[in-house]
Amino acid sequence: MILALAVAAGAIVFAGVYLILSRDLLRMVVGVSILGYAANLALLASGRPEPGMKPAIVPEGLEALSSAAADPVPQALVLTSIVIGFALTCFSLVLVLAIQQRTGGADADALREVEPPPTHDHQPALVEEEP
Amino acid sequence: MISLLLTAPFLLPLATALLTVLVPSGGARKGVAFGGALASLLVAACLVAEVASEGVLRVAIGGWEAPFGIELVADALSAAMVLITALVALLALLFQESDADPAETSGYFHPLFFVLIAGVGGTFVTGDLFNLYVWFEVMLLSALGLLAFGGRVRNLDATVKYFVLNATGTLAFLFAVAFLYAATGQLNFAALAEASRPDDAARWLPFVSLLLVAFLVKAGAFPVFSWLPASYPVLPAPVLALFAGLLTKVGVYALLRTAAHVFPTAPVIFFEILGWLSVFTMIVGALGAIYHYDVRRILAFHIVSQVGYMLFGIALHTQGAQVATAFYVLHHIAAKSNLFLLAAVVARTAGSYDLRRIGGLYAARPGLALLFLVSALSMVGVPPLSGFWAKLMLLREGIAEGRYVWTAAALLTGFLTLFSMMKIWFAAFLEAHPAGVDAPKPLARATPAYAAIACFATVTIALGLFPEPVLEFLARAFGASDPTEALASLAEGAR
Repeated sequence: MILALAVAAGAIVFAGVYLILSRDLLRMVVGVSILGYAANLALLASGRPEPGMKPAIVPEGLEALSSAAADPVPQALVLTSIVIGFALTCFSLVLVLAIQQRTGGADADALREVEPPPTHDHQPALVEEEP
Repeated sequence: MISLLLTAPFLLPLATALLTVLVPSGGARKGVAFGGALASLLVAACLVAEVASEGVLRVAIGGWEAPFGIELVADALSAAMVLITALVALLALLFQESDADPAETSGYFHPLFFVLIAGVGGTFVTGDLFNLYVWFEVMLLSALGLLAFGGRVRNLDATVKYFVLNATGTLAFLFAVAFLYAATGQLNFAALAEASRPDDAARWLPFVSLLLVAFLVKAGAFPVFSWLPASYPVLPAPVLALFAGLLTKVGVYALLRTAAHVFPTAPVIFFEILGWLSVFTMIVGALGAIYHYDVRRILAFHIVSQVGYMLFGIALHTQGAQVATAFYVLHHIAAKSNLFLLAAVVARTAGSYDLRRIGGLYAARPGLALLFLVSALSMVGVPPLSGFWAKLMLLREGIAEGRYVWTAAALLTGFLTLFSMMKIWFAAFLEAHPAGVDAPKPLARATPAYAAIACFATVTIALGLFPEPVLEFLARAFGASDPTEALASLAEGAR
């Protein structure tokens, strides 16, 4: 089980990093959110889940969890990080769509609004905006 | 009572954020915001007083004790950071009332502002690794909101660059949390410190290194600082002061906490790597500052180089260096936030943020020039200002530890810092205005701007003249590298 999770998380990290390294902004943010799923899998694996584990509920008439109970903490952690990851994914997709609408493209290299390229004599570009 | 004090650093700003959403009119919203910021400052002062008299405060939230629940902990370091956070928030809000590059007034500004403060406050009082991650995400989301605010292409450009590196950094953090939980079954700082005691320190290296990557991104250290100069210049002055003062320092705080209290037994190679990274951070940051003419960019690169000093202190890994680093962080927050506010007043008065387009302000505004000098020279480390003590202690520790190359790099960075501060000083204040127009445009609402700047300058001067009580207070957090020993020694001191 752990091995399967490790292989899956590794494959997802691979896909996520590949996409993040893209110059296309949309692929980049999708890569970040995919990388988040690898982290979620790693969190889930940190509880050492095995097939046949019981939910973490104390059975009726007993005082403590049975030894076959799953660790509830990683499940709570993973739930939290899925929700946060969802919010970040939504925000980043809207962000890239807004950039595409306003500039007509989504090439990371072409996006030089904040850091304009230097002038011909290698000086920093003049600041145009008025405070 | 203690649980109220410990939850207030994030509950008060969260409540204020909620209220500012509910209040319909702009005037009432401002009132609520100032009320919330003032209340935060008062509660933070109470927290400092309580920590000073009672020692480390701990509360298990919801009655779930440490290994299962989330623990809030405030030691001297947390308390001091909470206090300076509340101060920066209040003064940034005050500066927003002036007309020197304020944020656009809209219903979104105050909620985002206060959620950011809540995230920062939560980071400083949490005693739980996963909870720290959650506060990082709270900060990230509200920071993204503040960056994208206004929706111009330059805002979106800055937001996307801020997002990609910071989100990847927090994901590295999440991986580290997963591995640490798998290895120890603990998330609580004290429990992790207990679990990491065994002699095979090398086993912890991959996990703490992942944490290091995450915190270095947050701190804006070499080689992952590029989001910082790419996003900060689009921010309006009050928000910029807040970001510059607090956000990177949250990364430094997390690293200091990790190195000093959670994994003090991390292998030597960890601190060795951190030390060399700090050298590159200091020098690259200072060189970036020398190249630029936009005052905000110069100051943004200075944040990078100053973060290098703090990493240098953490890498030395002695109690003296840790205390010095904590003092450095406090000094830096006050001086750096103030420099950004000053830059906004300079730019508003002279007409541009670009040093090639302004000049001659000394004759017209000698008071402003003096206030700028206080913060700039403190940043450089001129006695008797706060930066002098911070740097002196760090350099002394560096020499005592035999780290001559690192110390030499820190000294060199001091000169480079002096050079670029003098560049601003000459271009903005002494040289004549390039367009020949020496009559500056007066601010319509100057009082709030100068009041905020004067408060920050007072903090800088006070830290410089009376560093001892602050140092003594901070030293309590680093009394011993072992938190339980620290507690015991504190208890003995109380008897």
